[in-house]
Amino acid sequence: MDSTSRLSRRHLLKWTGAAGTLAVAGAMLPNFGISAALAAELGDGDIGVLNYAYALEQLEAAFYTTVLQNPFGEMQVNDQRILTQIRDHEIAHRDFLKGALGRRAIPALEVDFSAVDFGSRRSVLGTAEVFENLGVAAYNGAGQLISNPDYLVAAGSIVSIEARHAAAITDLLRPFSAEAAGRGVVDRKGLDKALLPSQVLPAAAPFITTPVTAATLP
Amino acid sequence: MTQENSILSEIEPEVVDRIAVGRREMFSRYAKMGGIVASAPLALALASNQAFGQSLPSQVVDVLNFALTLEYLEAAFYDQGNKSGVVPREYRAVFRTIGEHENAHVKLLKGVLGSASVAAPAVDFTAGGQYADVFENFETFRLLSQTFEDLGVAAYKGQAGNLMGSGAILTVALQIHSVEARHASEVRRIGLKYGWDSAFDKPLSKNAVLAAATPFLA
Repeated sequence: MDSTSRLSRRHLLKWTGAAGTLAVAGAMLPNFGISAALAAELGDGDIGVLNYAYALEQLEAAFYTTVLQNPFGEMQVNDQRILTQIRDHEIAHRDFLKGALGRRAIPALEVDFSAVDFGSRRSVLGTAEVFENLGVAAYNGAGQLISNPDYLVAAGSIVSIEARHAAAITDLLRPFSAEAAGRGVVDRKGLDKALLPSQVLPAAAPFITTPVTAATLP
Repeated sequence: MTQENSILSEIEPEVVDRIAVGRREMFSRYAKMGGIVASAPLALALASNQAFGQSLPSQVVDVLNFALTLEYLEAAFYDQGNKSGVVPREYRAVFRTIGEHENAHVKLLKGVLGSASVAAPAVDFTAGGQYADVFENFETFRLLSQTFEDLGVAAYKGQAGNLMGSGAILTVALQIHSVEARHASEVRRIGLKYGWDSAFDKPLSKNAVLAAATPFLA
């Protein structure tokens, strides 16, 4: 909560600017009523985990939507068909999680893809590969944080699709390679990565303008 | 030292550490769940230094042995296939990598289960003659590979709920699950298909998985 309010205060100060409004801003902050629109705290327990997944799916859905609105120069039919399906999956994941969360869903996040060169196939697919692999590791690490078995199965139904996407993207970059079968991301024990929210959120943060905090998730 | 300890010493120390941590987490989590599962014998078993297979809850042992059976099947399939010459040169790196992962999964699960591990089943990849050309015709081989990978994904997903509360053991199962999904996607790609069927992968019950796998068990 500390970082949420601090970030909110900074935004508020930046936006209001004039020194004369500082007292007003300061007076408004303690009730946190204003911070919800400027930041997203994921919440506790299963809700926190679902919101975490929802944040990542928002990021992915927004990314592929942008990719297909700005097709890179050498986009082949094969690229286009696969990226379109992946976009539709991410939108379905996002909407599923939003529906499951109902009123407890975090707001729509603002994204920042300024680091991506959407005119470059390599930049777009390289970014997609990073997002998919991050998603797989995030779901793998979040599984043990879930208490409701139905949510665990739902997360499982999404994570294997993310892993399928990851392989398909790698296959577009390096067709029929050992990397497309997982070499490089799978360790010599045959295991994929598993990361905690505290490891995943900083990796996603450069692409998300809205401050996302997870006060109670590990 | 017991036989179990000598088996444990053969697997990766860091994995043993993770499983051991998971076992402690499981103990504390079960303890927190109160009367549901924290029986005195279980608490004693979890607190002891006996081999994991003996100290794990029987439900977890059952799930891991079920997984081990599928991994034996997959490992044997790729061992035979990769030796047979059925795989065209351009796809050999993919199937060699997949085979390495399946063998790593066998080793890992056997290490966790110790003396509670089931033995490798006898296999017949022709399924009594139905796939007589499995190691001569690449399309048959690829189709069975896809079947086994998709089956593995659905099987691990279907068992995730039975590993809830097992901490690191659930995480390890998820880390295998997503690797199987990467394999499934790439093997489908080699067959010029999409790497998935839809936006959500479905789980399969143990009985449904065994029904699908039984024709290949001699």
